[in-house]
Amino acid sequence: MAAAQVAVPSSSKPHPPITILKRARTDVPLSHTKFLKKTARGKVMSILRERYVRDDIPCGFEDCTLCIDFPGQRSVLPRTGYTQHHNFAGNGHWLVIDTNIVLHQMDLLTALPATLPIVVPSTTIRETRHRSLPLYNRLQQLIQDEDRCIWVWWNEERRETATVQEEDEETGIEGMNDRNDRAIRQTLHFYAEHLDASTSKAPQLVLLTDDRGNREIANSEGLTAVSARDYVDGLQGEERARLVDLVVGGVDEVSTGERRAKRIYQDYLPQDTLTAGVKTGRYHQGHFNANQYNYLEGMVNVPGLAKPVLLVGREAMNRSVNGDIVVVEILPEAEWKAPGEEVVDQDVALRDDDADDDEGAGVLDKELEQQKSETKEVEDETRKKPRDILPTGRVVGVVKRNWRAYVCHVDRSSLSEAALTSLAQQTVFATPLSTSLPRIRLRTRQAPQLLDQKILVTIDSWSVNSRYPDGHFVRSLGQVESKEAEQESLLLEYEVPYRPFGKAILGCLPEEGDKWVVPEKKPDSLEWRDREDLRDLIVCSIDPPGCQDIDDALHARRLPNGNIEAGVHIADVSHFVHPDNPMDSEAAARGTTVYLVDKRIDMLPALLGTNLCSLRPFVERLAFSVIWEMNEQAEIVKVRFAKSVIASKEAFTYEEAQLRKDNKTLKDPLTDSIRLLNSLAIKLKAGRMRAGALSLSSPELKIHLDSSESAEPIDVEQKQQRETNSLVEEFMLLANISVAAKIQETFPATAVLRRHSPPPKTNFEALQDILMKRKGMTLDVSSSGALAKSLDSCVEPNEPEFNTLVRIMATRCMLSAEYFCSGSVSKDTYGHYGLATPIYTHFTSPIRRYADVLAHRQLSAAINYTPLHPSLQSKSHVEKTLKVVNRRHRLAQMAGRASVEFYVGLALKARGAATGSGDGRTREEAFVIRTFKNGLAVFVSKLGLEGLITFNKETHHYDAENYTINVPKADGSEVSISVFDKITVDISIEKDQNTQRGKVKMVMVSPVSSEGL
Amino acid sequence: MSSSRLEILNDGGLRHDARRPYELRSTSFLLSTHTASSSSSSSSSSGLTPPDGSSTVTQGLTSVQVTVFGPREPKQRSQAAHDRATVVVEVGVVPWAAGGGGGAKRTRGDKRLQEIGAAIRQTFEPVIMTHLYPRSEIAINVQVLAADGGILPTSINATTLALIDAGISMLDYVTSISIGLHLLQPLLDLSQPEELDLPMLVVASLPSSGKITLAQMETRLHVDRFEEMLSLGTDEKSGR
Repeated sequence: MAAAQVAVPSSSKPHPPITILKRARTDVPLSHTKFLKKTARGKVMSILRERYVRDDIPCGFEDCTLCIDFPGQRSVLPRTGYTQHHNFAGNGHWLVIDTNIVLHQMDLLTALPATLPIVVPSTTIRETRHRSLPLYNRLQQLIQDEDRCIWVWWNEERRETATVQEEDEETGIEGMNDRNDRAIRQTLHFYAEHLDASTSKAPQLVLLTDDRGNREIANSEGLTAVSARDYVDGLQGEERARLVDLVVGGVDEVSTGERRAKRIYQDYLPQDTLTAGVKTGRYHQGHFNANQYNYLEGMVNVPGLAKPVLLVGREAMNRSVNGDIVVVEILPEAEWKAPGEEVVDQDVALRDDDADDDEGAGVLDKELEQQKSETKEVEDETRKKPRDILPTGRVVGVVKRNWRAYVCHVDRSSLSEAALTSLAQQTVFATPLSTSLPRIRLRTRQAPQLLDQKILVTIDSWSVNSRYPDGHFVRSLGQVESKEAEQESLLLEYEVPYRPFGKAILGCLPEEGDKWVVPEKKPDSLEWRDREDLRDLIVCSIDPPGCQDIDDALHARRLPNGNIEAGVHIADVSHFVHPDNPMDSEAAARGTTVYLVDKRIDMLPALLGTNLCSLRPFVERLAFSVIWEMNEQAEIVKVRFAKSVIASKEAFTYEEAQLRKDNKTLKDPLTDSIRLLNSLAIKLKAGRMRAGALSLSSPELKIHLDSSESAEPIDVEQKQQRETNSLVEEFMLLANISVAAKIQETFPATAVLRRHSPPPKTNFEALQDILMKRKGMTLDVSSSGALAKSLDSCVEPNEPEFNTLVRIMATRCMLSAEYFCSGSVSKDTYGHYGLATPIYTHFTSPIRRYADVLAHRQLSAAINYTPLHPSLQSKSHVEKTLKVVNRRHRLAQMAGRASVEFYVGLALKARGAATGSGDGRTREEAFVIRTFKNGLAVFVSKLGLEGLITFNKETHHYDAENYTINVPKADGSEVSISVFDKITVDISIEKDQNTQRGKVKMVMVSPVSSEGL
Repeated sequence: MSSSRLEILNDGGLRHDARRPYELRSTSFLLSTHTASSSSSSSSSSGLTPPDGSSTVTQGLTSVQVTVFGPREPKQRSQAAHDRATVVVEVGVVPWAAGGGGGAKRTRGDKRLQEIGAAIRQTFEPVIMTHLYPRSEIAINVQVLAADGGILPTSINATTLALIDAGISMLDYVTSISIGLHLLQPLLDLSQPEELDLPMLVVASLPSSGKITLAQMETRLHVDRFEEMLSLGTDEKSGR
């Protein structure tokens, strides 16, 4: 508290006049809102809030004479409404939308023609916000779209349309729903009257609502109200055809066409019971993970329990979809089971299911039978292997659905022959790309066109008497296997935001555009303030070939005192991306740049990423430099951080740098600098290895593309690692570590750091067991150093790839690294397990990672260059941002991998065609990495491809204890195949007849051909 | 309509009660609510002295009544200062003030109320010409009748009026306002739900000289924003 008499200079910023609202006597009934609220402890409170009504809410009509001076008035709603409708011609019409349209017909709403004027009453927005935040966000996006004629009418704030809860002697207190409906109808009344004052030819106002009650009242009040289905039906020409599939069944339809009420699933318990149950420990809450190998099995990871809860069978999973947050009840221990060891493919098992009919008796029986046999086997299994038994449960409720739009194919078999040409509405199955999702029942009028297309489908509902969820068609992505469709479906499937940057975002770029240069060095220049002039340093960058977004550059030189000065210069992105502007928010939401094989989805607009920030050679660029003074042993004597201006002397590829370094005839300073860096890097790496850093392996592939134009892949090879790769890597690690220590010291509560938690020992149990039993090798997992050492000793002299394989499998046992806010975890968990350093962050790639941008801002505040933005001082804000970045990072990795996989498939096809074998088969060696009861999972290290080989006949014997499967040979003798064995497989791409999905198919050719098994 | 989803400032630039950021709630001032003439007959029999000055100020749903006694003989001799008057402030909140039986019941000794009392005392001590009333006491009694945010600024405004009503010499009158910050947008005169969600600054100033006699803030705020809010606060006062 400060109490002093200080004279303050008058205001620095102009602001609108300050006024006191006066309340008119007539407003009194509208001046309060009163409502009851239940507190967390169950107490009911009556809450009274003040409320004002205004006369200056603008209407958005372009010709309005009354609203012209009101703050916020814009010409959005046009003079003539939308005329392309059979029922509302003349002056056209505007739509007013009800909440249920937003809640149930969002996809339709976004697809409506952009020229159709829409008035959104604030009641609709408020109710949506209350009901569903994701839908609210989509609505906001829609409203902010400047190309559309959408106007928000703040009806509750305007005097004429404000409502109060009505009390009636007969019906009692008016319900919230009725009041909202009335408020929305009031909006229509108001607009009709209001427009009359400015124009004689006002467009017609149409209320779009799926609530029949509301429609009836509206009609009786003389308003025009129409349901979504009827509205779309009346649209003219192409629009109708385009939109007709997007209409969700609607509230009306369900109430009229009662389905046969044979229940398949149990009802969910009421929400109160669920929350109470979870609180008392009777139920457990967690994310539902469907098993991608077996569609009848799923797991729920419950935070409180050591093991995940197993769900076996359709009834137990009770309509949960992968990703939902569900509540499970755990069954008595006698009914606990071990997870099945069989691969059950939904497409195959349910091939004959009819989309129109739920109770296909045959299917049901078959499934029951299958389930029974499975249960029996599971029971046998369970007796044999008690350690695999998991708590088993069933889903009793869903807390939150995480449904989104899924990329699907239309299942050809669900269409009858006659239907292939018919344009009538029919029900078909859509099979999602991801195998952990159920098929979705879809009603469409354009089934024949959709057959060979990838389409986007959302789930609308899943009723208790339907085996499959009901969904609706959103849009088509294009022909299956066309690159555009595959690419877009990849991006959608991994939720990568790939829309082009909007106007507001591009507005944040420097005005000069690509003409921007570092200004001349003058004392008063803003860019040069507190910047070091490092333009004379011999700086160069080393990157993969074709790299356009050059984040980092390096230099090294001898100092007079015999020590070595080494510097890492990182693009100064924070100079261009300021906190809290649209570009920053977009970058935060994107989180990372996503690299696909032939496409890059940028985090920042290309002007920055590939030009202004990119440390291109021969031009001056702004940089953030980390400069060390090191001694001959590569020990750090001193480190400093500075904003700088550099001029890179050369941009090398790894290969070029390597050649230059190795070329003994070259003696120029640039080459010397690289050699100096390299010698330091070798020592740094040795030091890191001594400290116990792991060198892990994940298959890194390189796809050779024919030319950038056609992007036809020709071949695949594993990426080569050169000395210079390691050079750059070592210095980036060092820079990250130095920066991490600095920002953690300055901002102990909110520093943006990255950690890699040590994996729980139990994660390695399976791998240790396999190694012990199959190879007699041990894996010491007591520390990262011990693990590194024992991984080094896992060598088969005649199998050089065996070690890589073990490393890959070990990597899969580990947790993934994550960004975190230093204040939110205890200090002893900061460590990075894989790198064996006590503290780490990401600083070196601000062009393509958002966490680095945050680290830049914090470091720049730590060296007193700029004050720290308030958002970076709030722990909760940093946590929230990093959570998004972590998720995006994970998804981006998966998208990248999936893209490689797709191209490997294409390359295989191309290779098959080139060798002229016709059927597109490739023969490769593969390692067995897992055995199933009816198959093998194999890994083709040359292609980085994982595949499944299944045996359909029951002629083999499975030995789960020894991870071995015994397969009969043609001559009757048996061959045993175990984990780590090398087999030869034929790889081909097979197109599934029903789903049109290209699948990698592997067939074992030696030691035994699996064709007949 | 749960408060967790309260929108502080919607896209139309309106606050939850449909005010715009720079609009104050409807205000009413009542002076001399406890006049000597109206209460003299009853007070003489019961032995109560009527206050020397009184006022009731309403800002929105917040309503505060202030009575001023003095200058008078100090109740406790020990408190008297030989060269000036001492200012004593007592703050009370009626049990139903927060509405709906919600909120913590505030009693006289409550820390929170003591703090408000101290803030009011510190605000007025430099403004009242205490040297004119040596060895006496000026007692300010604040009663919050209804609370919907901005108790302190409303109390300060009411105290100014009550002091004027009591005829006590002051350098200037004191006006006060609460200022919140939503993202980068300052909001004036916060209501209760806004107070819960936003960092808040209370400014009291002397409008004719533009001097600030109180600036109180309990949350952390960026320096740049603070400056902006503070100058806005003084602008608001003098702009009236």
